[in-house]
Order: sequence, then C-alpha cells, then structure tokens
Amino acid sequence: MNGRLRIGVLFSRVRVEEKWIFAALESRGIDYDRLDDRKIQFNLDDPSPWRQYDAILERSISYTAGLNALRILNAWGIPTVNTARVSETCGDKLATSAALASAGLPQPETHIAFSPEAAIETIERMGYPVVLKPVVGSWGRLLAKINDRDAAEAVLEHKDMLGSVQHSVYYIQEYIRKPGRDIRAFVAGDRTVTAIYRRSEHWITNTARGGEGEMCPITPELDELCVRAAQAVGGGVLAVDVLEHPDRGYLINEINHTMEFHSLMPTTGVDIPGMIVDYTAEVARGKVSVL
Amino acid sequence: MKTTCPECEAEITLAANAEVNEIIVCPDCGVDLEITSLDPATLELAPMEEEDWGE
Repeated sequence: MNGRLRIGVLFSRVRVEEKWIFAALESRGIDYDRLDDRKIQFNLDDPSPWRQYDAILERSISYTAGLNALRILNAWGIPTVNTARVSETCGDKLATSAALASAGLPQPETHIAFSPEAAIETIERMGYPVVLKPVVGSWGRLLAKINDRDAAEAVLEHKDMLGSVQHSVYYIQEYIRKPGRDIRAFVAGDRTVTAIYRRSEHWITNTARGGEGEMCPITPELDELCVRAAQAVGGGVLAVDVLEHPDRGYLINEINHTMEFHSLMPTTGVDIPGMIVDYTAEVARGKVSVL
Repeated sequence: MKTTCPECEAEITLAANAEVNEIIVCPDCGVDLEITSLDPATLELAPMEEEDWGE
C-alpha cells in the first residue's frame, strides 16, 4: 500500500456518531469521502469508482441499503468494516442466534415458528412471560413482552396483519429477569475495549429507549465471552449486548454491526470513534484481513 | 446561518458546527429536519423512520 489511505464512509444521516467519526478521520489526516446511501449507485460491471477506496466504513441506518452495498463491495474484493457476512448475521436476530448456537455460546432460550398457530403452541409450551421480537429491527422497536395467552393471541394476530413477510418469522425468547440493566460491550478485533451497564426501569434497557449508561468493569470472563461472540458472527468492530441471568450468568442477547455509541463514549471516556477509524485504517492497509 | 422550518416557518439558527445531512429538531414545532445545505442554510423534513433502521 503506497502513501495515503482513502476511506469511504457510507451513511444514511449524520448522527453525532458520524460527526465524531469524521472528526477522527480528519485528526489522523486520512482522506475520506462521505457516501450518502440515498445517492450512491453501483454498476456491477464497473467497480472502478469504488476501487479508489482502500476500505469502506459502513454506517448506514438503513439495514437493507447498508447490507446490499456491502455485498457488492465485498464481491468486488473491496474490504469493508464490517463485512456483508457480519451484517447479514448481526442484522437478523435469527441468524445471530444460529451463529451463537453454532459457536456454543450462551444465549436466552430461543424458539422459532413460521405461523401464528405454531407460534402460540410454542409459547404455551414455553410458559409466560415470553418476548416476541422481529428478526430485523433495532432500537427496541416492536418488541413485545407477552404475559398471558390473551396477549399472545393479540400480538400474533397483529403481526399476521402487518403485511411484511419478515413478521411471519416468529422469534420467541424466554423473558430474562435481569437486574434492571443489561451490558453493552464494544469489541474491536480480538479485544473488548469498553463496556457499560444500560440501566432502565423499563424491561427494554436500550439507550435508544431512554436507558442510562454507567461503567461496567470488563472481567476476563466478560472479555472472553464478548470476543467469542464477536468472532462467532465474523468479527470486526461490534457492540455485544449481554444479559445477566440470575442463574445462568451472562447470556448474549444481540450483536450490533453499525453501533451507536453516544451514551457509551461519554460514560466511559473511551475514544470509540478513534478506535473505529484505527481499525478501519488497519483493514485498509491490509494489516487486518476481513475478506 | 439562519433559515426557517419548512413545517412551521419558525426561524432556526444552525449551530456553528452543523453538518450537511445532520438531523436537527425544530425548537418550535418539534419536527425532525435534515440540514441539506449550509451556505445558504436549507432544511428539509427528515425521512421517516423505516422498519429496517437501526444499529
């Protein structure tokens, strides 16, 4: 690799995270372009406009746009952070659960059904409460805690009527009586860099839903678990969400491939955007192989 | 950098470190706005949240 790096940053909108990432790129003197996913276009026969980039950092809010851009870029051999494979796995809760199961990692008891009838049978067998989640979706959107059969029937009927084909995948998890908090850990490569507790009185502890952050010590056990979880989905720069089960201990809840860190960074003081940029630069220089 | 909200016409002054494609909230009507240009300052209604949006 000769001379200066050139990085493309794919985004949907400029959140505070993207502002921090742009600032980190600028402070390191790295050339970069801002690539608005609403404006980009690909000709599959002509990768040349994209080959100017040593790596692309994908920060799309739109899972569909981000994933499909990564598929094309990776097919052309252009390294990305994270990769299409990682995005495919992390953006789909069922794919994440399958990857965690394959790696033998602890996660909430998870059941899958493909019709409302099979889903209600599954829920009745599991016992209440259960949590029903859309396989694609974020920020705690459309999560349903189901406390009894009446609620199950109502939610299943609503999901059946939503129209989107993805709602015909019924992803059902045991409800974890977690201690009013979960853990978000930031993993870069083979290291858990920092972690916070996200505390909330609500059963959904997502900071997008108002959960508050405080420092979480990274024990060797937590570090190893988070790194293994990140590697199970393909590795990169990832946010691993961990639940604390009263009996079974740490359970991996989900892994985010285009993480937000507006509460993680002020709470921990750790330079997350700097680490994302440094990791992306390593990928761009070929020091970390992602494809 | 002053402009007006396309929803309620309230006058809005952009912050000194404002960026194109940044989302701001109209202090008067509360609608989400996207900064589409800085000089001159222009705002459009921000795209509505989609089902596949997230992290």
